[in-house]
Parts: sequence; structure tokens; C-alpha cells
Amino acid sequence: MTTPLRPTAQQLVEHALATSTADDCIAIVRDVTSANLRWANNTLTTNGVMTEVSVTVVSFAEVDGGTATGSVSGSASTTEQVTALVTAADAAARAGSPAEDARELIGDATSPDWETGPETTDIGVYDAFAPALGEAFRQATGEDRLLYGFVNHDVATTYLGSSRGLRLRHVQPTGHFACTGKDTSLSRSAWTGGATRDFSDVDAAAMAATVAQRLAWAERRIDLPAGRYDTILPPSSVADLMIDAYWGAGARVAHEGESVYSRRGGGTRIGDKVAAPGVHLFSDPAHPGLECAPFVITGSSDNTDSVFDNGLALERTDWIRDGLLTGLLQTRHSAGMTGQPVTPMIDNLVLEVGDGAGSIDDMIAGTQRGLLLTCLWYIREVDPQTMLLTGLTRDGVYVVEDGEIVGAANNFRWNESPIDLLNRFSAATQSVPSFSREWGDDYFSRTATPALRIPDFNMSSVSQGV
Amino acid sequence: MSAPGLDPTFSDLPHRRLGDVALARAQELGASHADFRLERNRYQYLGARDGVLQTASDAEDLGFAVRVVHGGAWGFASGVVLTDDEARRVAETAVAVARVAAAMTTTPVELAPEPVHDDVTWVSGYDVNPLDVPTREKAALLVDWTERLRTGAAVAHATAFLQQVQENKYYADLSGTRTTQQRVRLQPGFEATGEDEQSGIFDSMASIAPPVGRGWEYLTGSHWDWDAELAEVPDLLAEKLKAPSVEAGTYDLVVHPSNLWLTIHESIGHATELDRALGYEANYAGTSFATYDKLGTLQYGSPVMNVLGDRTQEHGLATVGYDDEGVQTQSWNIVRDGVLVGYQLDRSMGHLKPELNDGRSNGCAYADSSGHIPIQRMANVSLLPGTEDLSTDDLIARVERGIYVVGDKSWSIDMQRFNFQFTGQRFYQITDGKLDGMLRDVAYQATTTDFWGSMEAVGGPDTWVLGGAFNCGKAQPGQVAAVSHGCPTSLFRGVNILNTIDEAGH
Repeated sequence: MTTPLRPTAQQLVEHALATSTADDCIAIVRDVTSANLRWANNTLTTNGVMTEVSVTVVSFAEVDGGTATGSVSGSASTTEQVTALVTAADAAARAGSPAEDARELIGDATSPDWETGPETTDIGVYDAFAPALGEAFRQATGEDRLLYGFVNHDVATTYLGSSRGLRLRHVQPTGHFACTGKDTSLSRSAWTGGATRDFSDVDAAAMAATVAQRLAWAERRIDLPAGRYDTILPPSSVADLMIDAYWGAGARVAHEGESVYSRRGGGTRIGDKVAAPGVHLFSDPAHPGLECAPFVITGSSDNTDSVFDNGLALERTDWIRDGLLTGLLQTRHSAGMTGQPVTPMIDNLVLEVGDGAGSIDDMIAGTQRGLLLTCLWYIREVDPQTMLLTGLTRDGVYVVEDGEIVGAANNFRWNESPIDLLNRFSAATQSVPSFSREWGDDYFSRTATPALRIPDFNMSSVSQGV
Repeated sequence: MSAPGLDPTFSDLPHRRLGDVALARAQELGASHADFRLERNRYQYLGARDGVLQTASDAEDLGFAVRVVHGGAWGFASGVVLTDDEARRVAETAVAVARVAAAMTTTPVELAPEPVHDDVTWVSGYDVNPLDVPTREKAALLVDWTERLRTGAAVAHATAFLQQVQENKYYADLSGTRTTQQRVRLQPGFEATGEDEQSGIFDSMASIAPPVGRGWEYLTGSHWDWDAELAEVPDLLAEKLKAPSVEAGTYDLVVHPSNLWLTIHESIGHATELDRALGYEANYAGTSFATYDKLGTLQYGSPVMNVLGDRTQEHGLATVGYDDEGVQTQSWNIVRDGVLVGYQLDRSMGHLKPELNDGRSNGCAYADSSGHIPIQRMANVSLLPGTEDLSTDDLIARVERGIYVVGDKSWSIDMQRFNFQFTGQRFYQITDGKLDGMLRDVAYQATTTDFWGSMEAVGGPDTWVLGGAFNCGKAQPGQVAAVSHGCPTSLFRGVNILNTIDEAGH
């Protein structure tokens, strides 16, 4: 029996562009493979190997009063399926109303590796990790600990083509690991985790050892009341908070008076001091270890994305430079509204503090009495005026006395604004690759951040949760 | 109008053949259990801002998955190419994954038995599939909503959105169960924002209409009074912008269903998922304070608290005929007279805890798409109304100094479901049994069992509303779920109220 050859991703793009009868057309093909392992109570629970090919067709049609768009996406691996998407997108564009974000489409640009096939991953990415994890389960069982965790690796190859001559390809490897440990009475909990591109740098034994060490730190329990504490936020927690600050940085809503980045009386706070001197928040598609797509890829328009911007080149963008707000998330449309440069969202984020030095261990050693957090959790915005966020501490609030960890306290609910914290911190470390516990899994895993020490972090109430 | 039937464009797919091929291959390779699931989910999202349609996107997710138990371990794989060869390959991958997993599986997987449901069909209750309505018509409605909101003096900007989903699913397993199902749901919403020039405060007011398992008729029929709400929201926003800031402290609360559904979701719905109580979510969504040893003894709340788990509730978002393990859906008690009496189960948990549901799953396993493995997921979890026919006004009349809470907004709860903090769309001061103007900057913060223990009274059936959400997140890799929660207006005594401006100060 013979199997007909499946069309390549590039052939699907070309088929879409050739089939569309709209005035212009963009086709985005994403080939994604992923492999994951999940465990709990020292045994594997679920796992999977997934493959996915999705096609997004954005059609553009000249209609009365401007250009309308239609965006249709779907799982598609045959030319017939792509034809159906194109037909639907063309029809949607012709029936649509003029798009307010209409701009000239981006012209000719071809990636040198356009002709190359997709890169993939499979369960073999865990060939070294899996047996070591099995051994970690046995050791944990023998030492009365329980391990829970998850590893995921995916490789997404994106092909972006347009009727104006775009032929762009991007390969994005994304991976992360995380492990929670508990004692068998479930009274103590610890966590470690991080991001990786290929799992060559992830050591299951080291991961389990970190969790064991942190559970040992928590053998002495110190009950603390709600209040303000001198608090060390590790790089992971700083990443959580900066991602919120970044996602909330849409230029249009700021311009229209609806965010912490709005200037009272009208316009945005670009040019204003929003953080302490020496604070730099930026994104850069070429940042070493955090490489991400160097051009805009978007299937639909909203406040911070415009389908007309597909293919627009991305480069290092400073959001906060030396404490001054220098950029907000822009489309070409919002840049026109606000009179500011075109600075679209980029899929990584770096926080650096000018005089930040040393490691988190140095910061702990320099703390007379304070708290060292492990994770923040369930972070939600309470008040957009100040970007007040609420959330919990999780998996280890360690008490530091005279530069040493002396035990673990209960968890807390906290209420704080990330923007306010960037003004109030008393010390920062060097920036290191970090992984947001809250947002890293499914949304935003490429960050580099320092640890920050906050002299008066607002622990609003005690959480009994462990 | 006759009830819609199965979408013929789904029936025409080769799901039955692919299922037969995949299951045969899994059996050949020695799987003790195998299931095949082909899903096609169609979505359309429309978003308007200030009189302009800003976002319009159609998406379809089509693929299939094979899940096996092989050598006592789970193996899962999925694909999107609808050919016999690919069905075989995915079955082989699932078995290969199970072999890798077996080395790390210390407790063999066993499933509770379930009667065979041979070739059954189930379609949810709706009149008009919203995806069959021309996009232009739907876009015009949203644009009109934003324009109507902007006629309000206090409104600077207005947004409106409509998310629509049509879900089709075919399930088959080695025992002979075959189910074919179709569900439709939609979530409309709108929000007005404005600024008080004197104070410089900006704020918003959103619709409190719940998402529902209904069709386009939800927007055109009598299920919700859209005109009245669109007319009311600008004035509510104006009042909120001028309202005094709350004084932090202890207050009695009367909570409307449009707010209380979310508190139920977080503090009861998730806390009574048995997978959480067993630790399966410890690295992500978290565990539960309601551990299994507390079944039958935990005083979850006051004696007026009765909570039902229900995957059969008409128009509920988590309602379906059969779950993703071929289990017929059910309803059961979770809290009776304030005491914890039940959990949400899948088939492996049904086997593990045979005393809970006569050794059978109660049908709470599902995945959000073909690319994800089914996990124990939430049923519609609802607080039952009281037998006494108390109105919201009756409850407010019982309060000397308190706050009436309407609409949901910010939400957060800890990983063991003890400590939560919620805000809302609007808060009214209650003075001597009567509403006494709006308050701003209110958040309520409590510990789950204290809060439900402080529930003095629940409203009658006339106050009961089915609320819910499209965006419940759980599992690794992350999955979303839509779930409904019904509740009456309810009265709580002595709840801690924060002032959010004070919380941001230092």
C-alpha cells in the first residue's frame, strides 16, 4: 500500500497564497511537536507526545471605506483543508468592515532557511532525564519525600508567507522543568524549576537534590503574622511580576486612560520616571539564551497586535531605560494614535538593575532578618490604576536571620504593584535566566531577571495553604 | 423549533474508521485498555471597541488522540492527519510512550468499570448555532453595544466581545463504548470605562451576563435583558466613579450570584476535585484542604450549605452526555447540610475509592482538545437555594451594616484553597437593612471554611442564577475548561473587607 506524500509546510503556504482571490493574503503555517512527562507521589501520572500542524489564513479585501480582513485558522495538513480555510478567510474579508489598523503590508523579505523543513522533538528528548527521574523517585521514597512535577519540550516551526513576497521561517524551541517536593505528612512543600531549550542542561538528580535541601530548610517551622517584611524575591518571582508589568503595557489602553501607564489628563507616561534610576526593562529577540521570533507573527488584531504588521522586523526594545518609561506595546496603528515609535510585543523579557551585583546567596548572606520567597502564585490584578496585584507565596517562605536560613514560615497573601516595587527595592542581584512559576508554563517562559530585596513587602494576610 | 441534530460536516469525517484502526493496533500491541477520541472544536471570537470591530477570528481545531494502558502505565499520543496510517502510527506512539512511562510508574493504572454505551449520540440544548449566524450580523450587534454605552456621559470608552464554541467529539474504546456528541456555548460581554476628572480616578463597569450552554437565541430572546443592562451600565459607572472609598474592616455581606459563582468555583469546585486532594496537581494548580480523610466529617460550611456536582444541568457549560472516558454523566451531592460528602472522580479514582460512587466514576474526566490527555475536570458545581423563599431584599433587610456585592472581577486563591480574595463590579453599602449608595475599592478576603461557615442564609429559588466561566485553567500542559456554577443570593456574617487603595499604599 502506498501513502500519498503529505504537502510540506512551504507547499501549504504557497497553496494558500495561490488559492486566495482576495486583494492580499497572508498564510502562517505552524508545525509543532511536543513531548511531556508528569509525575505525582513518586510515580508518573500522565504523559504525551503531540504533533500539530495549524494554518492561519488572513485575507485582505478592499471594501467601501478601506481594507477589511478575515482571519481563519485550523488544523490542516492537506491542500484541501487549506483551500477551505482560504475560502472562508476570503469570504470573511469581503463581508467585513474597514479595519481601523489598516496599513501598507510588509513587503519582500525571505529567510535564508525558508526551504528548510520543520524541526521536531519527541519522547527521546528525555532519554537521559527519564531514568534519572526514576532513580529520584526511588531515593525520595526511601527518604520519606514525595515528588510532583512536569517537564515539557516543544519545537514550533513557523512559516509566514504573504502575497507581498514575505517568506519568513522561525524555529522556536521551548522547554521547562519543575519539581515540587513534600514530606510525607504534607506539612512542608518546596519547589524548583527552570526554562531550557533542549534539556541537555537539565539534571533530574540535581533537581531532586535542590528540593530535598529546601525541605530540610523547612524542618523548623516559624509562624509569622501578616505585616510588612524585608523580603527577597528570587528571580522567578521577579519574572512573574515583570510579565504582568509587560502584558499590561499596551500603548492604546495607556493612551486612552485605562492603565498604570496613563498620564492623568491624557496620553501615556512615556518619558516619565516610573522606576528607580538604574532599572532597565527590555526585550531583544537576539538575547543570548532567550532567542525568539525576530519578526511579528499574528493571526488577529486587537489592542496590541495588528495583522497588517505581520513580518515587521523586531529588534531590541527598551520599555524602561534608567528608570524612565521609554516604550509601550505598539502596533503601527497605535503608534499613529500615540505619536510614538512602533514597538510591537517581543516574546522575551529582561530586567537589569544597573548596580545589581552578586547572586541570591550573597543577598541572603547580607540580610539580617527577612524572608526569602520561593514562588508567587495565583497573581491577578486588583486595581489597574496602580497595577495593584494580589497573589500568594508558595512552596517555601524561608526565614533569614543574620545571613542564614533558619526555618520556614507560613504562606501569605500579598498585595503589591510591580511598578511600585521597581521604585522601592533596596538591593538587586545580577540578572540570571529565570522561569516564571505563574506564567512560564503556557504563556511566557523566556525571561532573565535579578533577585530583588523589598524592605516592606505587603503580606496582607496569612494563608494556611501548604 | 426542533432541536438541532449532529452537524453533518462532522458526521462525514472518518472518525469511526480511524477509531477502529487505532484501537485494533493498540490491542495488537498488547494494550489492556485503549481509547480513541476524535474532536473538532470550532471557535469564533469577535471584539469591538468604540464603534469599530477590532478582532474577528475563526479557528478550528481538528485531530485525534489514542490513550492506552499498557504494562500498567498510561501512554498518550495525538495527531492531526486523518489517515489510517496516521491512526496506526499514533496508536503505536501511545504504546511506545507507555513503555517509557512504565519504568517510572510505581503504581499500576487501573480503571473503574463502566457499562458499555454502544453507539450513543448526545447533543446539547440550543436553538441556533451561533456559528451559523452571519458574522456581519454578530459584529453589528457588538458595534451597536459599544455605541449605545458611549452615549452615557461618564463613558469614555466601550468594548464588547462574543466568544462562540461548537464542540464535536467521537469517543470509542476497546470495551465497545462509542459516543458521538455535540455542544454549543457562547460568552457575550461588554464593558464601559470612564474617568472622574476631579479625582483623576478611572474605572470600569462590565456586564454581569453569564456565559451559557445556549445558542444565538441567548442574544435575541428573553433569556437576558441586554437592552436594560446596556441602558443601566453607564449610570452605574458614573455612580461608581463618584462613590466614597470603603473603610476597611468587618462587614456582613449579601453576595449576588453574579459574584458568588466564582467564589464557589475557586473554594468548592476546585477543592473537591479528587485529583487535587490526591496530590496530582501539587506541582501546578495545587492540592486541597478537603483531604480524603475528612470525607463525611469536614464542616465545610453552615447547615444551610448544600452543594451539588452535576454534569447534566440543562445549559450548563460542563454539561455533556458522556465524559472522555466513556462514562455516562451524573449528578451527586458534594456538601450536604454543611458537611463534605462527595468528590469529583475519573475512572482511575473510581477504582481507587470504590466506596464513593459504588465503584464507578461520576464522569468528571475530560480534555479541552484532541491534543490533550483527559484529566479529572470540574463538573458544574452549584449551591442549592433555600427551601424558604427568601428574596435578595429579604436578605439585605437582615443586615444592619454591610455590603451588597454584584458582579465578579478580580479573583485569587491559594494552592490548598484556604485563603481567597475577590473584588466585584459594584458594591453597595447596606445601612439598617437598606441599600445606601455605592462604595469603591472593596475586596473581600477570607478562609474558605470560615466564609462558608459564616453563611447565615441562602436565597430562595427565585434568586438562583447559573453563572460560569469559559477559562478555567488546570493541568500540565495547560488545559482550559468551561464550567457553570449556580447559586442563590446569600448572606454572610462578619467578613473581612480590605480597602484596595490602602493595600497599594506604604
